[in-house]
Amino acid sequence: MNEQEQQLLLAIADDELILGWRDSEWTGIAPLLEEDVAFSSIAQNEIGHARALYELVARERETTADELAFDRAPDEYRCARIVELRLPDWEKTIARHYLYEEADAARLGQLKDSDDAEIAGLAAKIDREEAYHRMHAQMWFDRLRDEQRFTAALEELRPLLDSARDTHSPELAELWEEMTMVRRSQPAGTRW
Amino acid sequence: MSQREQEFLEYVQSGGQVETTDWMPDDYRAKLIKFIEMHGNSELMGVLPEREWILRAPTLQRKLALTAKVQDEVGHSQLIYRVVEDLGKPRERCLDDLISGKAKFHNVFHYPTKTWGDVGVIAWLVDAAAIISQKALLKCSYAPYARIMKKICWEESFHILHGRDVVLTLMNGTDDQRDLVQEAVTRWWGPLMQFHGNPIPKDDDPMYVWRIKSQGNEEARQQFLDGYVPQIWELGLTVPDAKLRKADDGLWEYSEPDWDELRNVVTGHGPRSQERLDLRRRARESSAWVRQVVLAEAA
Amino acid sequence: MIYEVFRQERKGQPFQHAGSVEAPDAHFADVYAREQYGRRGESTALWVVPRDAVIEIDEFVDELNRNYHRVDGYPLREKLREARERAGTAAPAGDR
Repeated sequence: MNEQEQQLLLAIADDELILGWRDSEWTGIAPLLEEDVAFSSIAQNEIGHARALYELVARERETTADELAFDRAPDEYRCARIVELRLPDWEKTIARHYLYEEADAARLGQLKDSDDAEIAGLAAKIDREEAYHRMHAQMWFDRLRDEQRFTAALEELRPLLDSARDTHSPELAELWEEMTMVRRSQPAGTRW
Repeated sequence: MSQREQEFLEYVQSGGQVETTDWMPDDYRAKLIKFIEMHGNSELMGVLPEREWILRAPTLQRKLALTAKVQDEVGHSQLIYRVVEDLGKPRERCLDDLISGKAKFHNVFHYPTKTWGDVGVIAWLVDAAAIISQKALLKCSYAPYARIMKKICWEESFHILHGRDVVLTLMNGTDDQRDLVQEAVTRWWGPLMQFHGNPIPKDDDPMYVWRIKSQGNEEARQQFLDGYVPQIWELGLTVPDAKLRKADDGLWEYSEPDWDELRNVVTGHGPRSQERLDLRRRARESSAWVRQVVLAEAA
Repeated sequence: MIYEVFRQERKGQPFQHAGSVEAPDAHFADVYAREQYGRRGESTALWVVPRDAVIEIDEFVDELNRNYHRVDGYPLREKLREARERAGTAAPAGDR
């Protein structure tokens, strides 16, 4: 695996980690109890995907998935702007979910064609799980398509898919602070 | 009590099971709804102290485990509210009463979580106290509730292991990490001892008389102490009660729990009661439109 | 709408009622049932059915005790004992 491939995998992993966190922010307070449970599985899948991707890169760099996930500085993350935003409104969360899944499907499609068998294999596995996410996003899209607030959210968020990945919103630094506070309270290498 | 009610009482007291469409005395139905509703409320409110730590979890594994645990609790509240709804009280009315303070939830969910130590101690000890009550509910006379308790108990089995894993890892770690656990145990001990309620005799407890509960409060507390004090002591941890000991007759002796604190807390005056109910209210209000769009069309 | 969920734990086993979910349509019911009753791989298959579609039957009438088509209609012990005595092959005490 070359450096370029590593960077690509890290970008996807960072997207999935941060989006997974944002999605898990709904656990316990989603609009419907049944949806709460379903959406939490999606969040867990995203974090699981991040973990699998970090593990691939970690082996190349002789480090661990946790160290890649948590021990980099905020400006070293390669996630897209769209996943960094805190979106406590359901229509915006679903709009982001829909847009992200669409973009992610295209990205995974390319990865599945990778020359590196491990990358291609992992991409295929992730894609099979994402099929379920896409179905869920489509289901909500069909329900909310006539809601003005939803179509407005789609318009507002779509441009953020293509933002540069080496600069970040202040929200990411805030998120990073809280995400790493327990871990940073003890020396590197401490077991948790 | 009418003849029919008396027969029903004898039926449940000899192990008889009741289904949703069976005849049941008004008092039985009312007590059942109140009891089960409080359980549903507790699962839903129990999510709030724990969910803060999903972001702060120090490894990916812990993040996933904690998310799954909290997800289970939401799932449990779904199962429980469905049972209450089939008994005649719709979910939305349960949530109205929860938020207004008319309905209650268990004491432990009115307290703050302050450190990662709390995350481990809650999953290890608070869940353990809850599971003891839940296992006793497997024999509830109302069958639909007994059946969901089976699924709930099965799902809870990983929660305790996760809790124990977190605690053991901390106890095998740095001095700071060990302090986290001890400080959390010390702080949670009071609420834990109050959790099973004050020791009214079984036969004076209407929940037991109707066989909704199959065990008295003190029995549950004794089971908790018997199972978990040895686990606490074997790690070198202490409990803030000098009187705590197992007597020769096998019963645990302990300082009288603060029943005033319990009463105060469950009536909504705990350190986090109002803040959490406010969070619930705001979340519910801001997502009301979603329920209208999604559920109204189905009507 | 309420949907009843039946789950099969492993291939070959019967489908058993597991609970119910509230959902606006079949699509949502699929997702929600799948999550509540299968997120841990605890089920091999689910049947999800609108509650309205379930016909409930809980009263069965048998006023004349029709035991001719049940095992409990055939108490054979006495007849077997008598037959064995006649044939001189009575089994030792305790045998059936």
